[in-house]
Amino acid sequence: MFGRLGELALKHDWIEYAAGLSMVLGGMGVCAWVTYQKRWKWLWKEYITSVDHKKIGVMYIFVAVIMLVKGLIDALMMRTQQALSVGESFGYLGAEHFQQIFTAHGTTMIFFVGMGAVLGIINVILPLQIGARDMAFPVLNSISFWLFTAGGLYILISLIIGVFAGTGWSAYPPLAGLKYNPGVGVDYWIWSVQISGIGSLLSGINFLVTILKMRCPGMTFKKMPVFVWAVLATMMLVIAAFPILTADIAMLTTDRLLNTKIFTAGSGGNPMMFINLFWAWGHPEVYILILPIFGIFSEFVPVFSKKRLFGYTSMVWALFGITFVSFLVWLHHFFTMGAGANVNAFFGIMTMIVAIPTGVKVFNWLFTMYRGRIDFKTPMLWFMGFVVIFVTGGMTGVMMSIPAIDFQMHNSLFLVAHFHSVIIGGTLFGFFGGFSYWFPKIFGFTLDEKWGARAFWCWLIGFLLAFMPLYLLGFMGATRRLNHYEASNGWQPLFIVASLGAVVIITGVVSQCIQVYVSIKKRREYRDATGDPWDGRTLEWSTPSPPLFYNFAHIPEVSERDAFWEMKQRDTWPKKPYEDIHMPKNSSVGFVIGMLSCIGGFAFVWHIFWLAIVCICGIILSLIIRLGNKHPHRIVTAREVETIEEGKGVLK
Amino acid sequence: MRDAKVSPHQVMSHTDQGEYSRTIFGFWVYLLTDFMMFAALFAVYVVLRKNTLNGPGPKELFDLRSALVQTLVLLFGTFFVGMAGVYAHRNKRRKTLLYFGLTFILNSLFLWLMVSDLRRLIEMGQTWKNSGFLSAYFTLVATFGVHVAFALLWTIVLLVPVLRGGIELFSLRRLVCLRMFWQFLNIIWIFIFSIVYLLRGIP
Repeated sequence: MFGRLGELALKHDWIEYAAGLSMVLGGMGVCAWVTYQKRWKWLWKEYITSVDHKKIGVMYIFVAVIMLVKGLIDALMMRTQQALSVGESFGYLGAEHFQQIFTAHGTTMIFFVGMGAVLGIINVILPLQIGARDMAFPVLNSISFWLFTAGGLYILISLIIGVFAGTGWSAYPPLAGLKYNPGVGVDYWIWSVQISGIGSLLSGINFLVTILKMRCPGMTFKKMPVFVWAVLATMMLVIAAFPILTADIAMLTTDRLLNTKIFTAGSGGNPMMFINLFWAWGHPEVYILILPIFGIFSEFVPVFSKKRLFGYTSMVWALFGITFVSFLVWLHHFFTMGAGANVNAFFGIMTMIVAIPTGVKVFNWLFTMYRGRIDFKTPMLWFMGFVVIFVTGGMTGVMMSIPAIDFQMHNSLFLVAHFHSVIIGGTLFGFFGGFSYWFPKIFGFTLDEKWGARAFWCWLIGFLLAFMPLYLLGFMGATRRLNHYEASNGWQPLFIVASLGAVVIITGVVSQCIQVYVSIKKRREYRDATGDPWDGRTLEWSTPSPPLFYNFAHIPEVSERDAFWEMKQRDTWPKKPYEDIHMPKNSSVGFVIGMLSCIGGFAFVWHIFWLAIVCICGIILSLIIRLGNKHPHRIVTAREVETIEEGKGVLK
Repeated sequence: MRDAKVSPHQVMSHTDQGEYSRTIFGFWVYLLTDFMMFAALFAVYVVLRKNTLNGPGPKELFDLRSALVQTLVLLFGTFFVGMAGVYAHRNKRRKTLLYFGLTFILNSLFLWLMVSDLRRLIEMGQTWKNSGFLSAYFTLVATFGVHVAFALLWTIVLLVPVLRGGIELFSLRRLVCLRMFWQFLNIIWIFIFSIVYLLRGIP
């Protein structure tokens, strides 16, 4: 009846109990607060069933922030363990628990923080920038979000029921195979990544069609903002890469569930096949995380430098250069596979080539700033931090692309420091920059600058403290995922510095929380009444902050790059009569499918097959019911639009 | 009901036109992703093809004649789905139903043939648990079978409103997608037929 699910699933050590308990209490607290405020109905109508891209984007960012805190706590636990567990002492985390933590940390940060942050910003901003009223497929967008969230839930559920994988976030077989990991941990990882991956895949289709089909009149390709170009390149990567992950994980699932032997060495399977396919997705994935960030910088660096972007065309070519090459580098993740000198040389050279378009982009931003009237608002601080840290990370990446060096560095802390440099310095810093840049657009008031700067300096110093020692430790031979080492190695001081760095980063996060709190307190003072607080250049700033649910009363017509800037210079404001607007109605189908997928995946994890079948049927049924809905749209009449527009600029 | 001679496609409003072209294009992109997924499965099959663990290999196990029959059944199914698409665009309800019905029957037949082929293997004791080669074969073909089963279900779901009323615009849009999906499956099958069955003897 309940498959493998028994009371043993609830047996944990005290640290896990504490984590699980705090999570349950936190969740109950939130529910109690919502009930107390009588906001359930509001939550359901305004957010859960909403198909408005802006609200879906906000929900993505919300989930990403929650997961970021969770992932940071994981990181802090690992670093303190490593600072303590030396020689005679074995720290406070058992090996089993430690390996779950580093797996959960990686999975959380890549799939739920990185993807969530990137998709969140894209969701909110992209349709506004192309002058569209919504996505190409608004309901599909809601389905994507709820699948993403369903995937994230497994990481939290596994804290309480059962265990998470202990294989590392990439779950290589044979370790992740049935023989060495018969328990539920790897299954949790599988369903978490699979379900959120399908969500991302659907988002990819949705955004590609939105960009190619929904641009406002006049916005030809060469007049699109660079952020839109960046998202276009990203979505091409999503479309080509994510199906490989889906297939790869599906085959790992059949290996574990149906006893196929695809990745089972010794039975005619080939574990390296998993690893090849995994990185055929995985390497494009890291560009999926960074290209939109390049787009974000290309938006706000010109705005805060009061200049137009330097080298628009080369920026676009660089984006597509990276997109193309990103599919030819996957083998550099396992030069040690032994593919032979020539194959390794090819992939090494391809990897080095990525540095060229990336360098073009960094120089273009710097040239944009050159002789500009630079306004060092918080986003610009994040950008400056990005340049330093990301370039360091990029250069160490080029170092490791030399196969002979990689043989030394493979799986060492040097590698860990490298990819944290590019992911924290790139994706996270860029997300924070974009978040403070677009925050007034989303919520109607700007963020506090003082606390923003404090948060930035904590993050920057914390980052340097936490990861520069790891470069050194890597040179000294420390491998990643180490929960104990000998005192004679002399690594302990560096590990202590690294864990101090993690504490400073946490201070940065606390500063960000304070920043948001202070800004909400002072929201009247910080209110953005014009809709254009930074003297922006692109169309999203032509709407009031926050934008109305239909984004634009009149679909804008564009004749130049930096369309809004041009409109402001020429003072051309077309006065046209209002028109009827078609908007999609709210739909609960996304939420229902997301939750059914979550329960269904849980059923597969625990081998409760009847429940899994019920959930699959439920998903198909809800899709059929959705297909039967003949009136998915509503019409906002010209008159209603006029009434709303008259009262615009007034905050709710 | 509209004039039977005029396609819903020709009398679309501007908004509907946008939605129509978005959906069709989006579906193309979806098919692209499905191609990529099959590409991964093909890659695995090609890599594992020779790993038979001293069991019988493709040459001994596969029945080329049965594969040919399956291919023909599937190809005719696709021919009919093409016809169905043409009549749907011309807003001819009966013929659309007829040809989609024929597609449904032929593809059900195909699925039955495919499954009985797999059952023959299982009865011979050659299951997916035996070797890397058989695992990859079963995974590839079964994934295809699941796609066909899904398309059959989808055909029923889409034809119900056509049976009841006529070919409304939203039906047309979905029927065109369905037609594309059947044709996509056909292309995948051509690859399966060539790589798995025709090249079975290549060492």
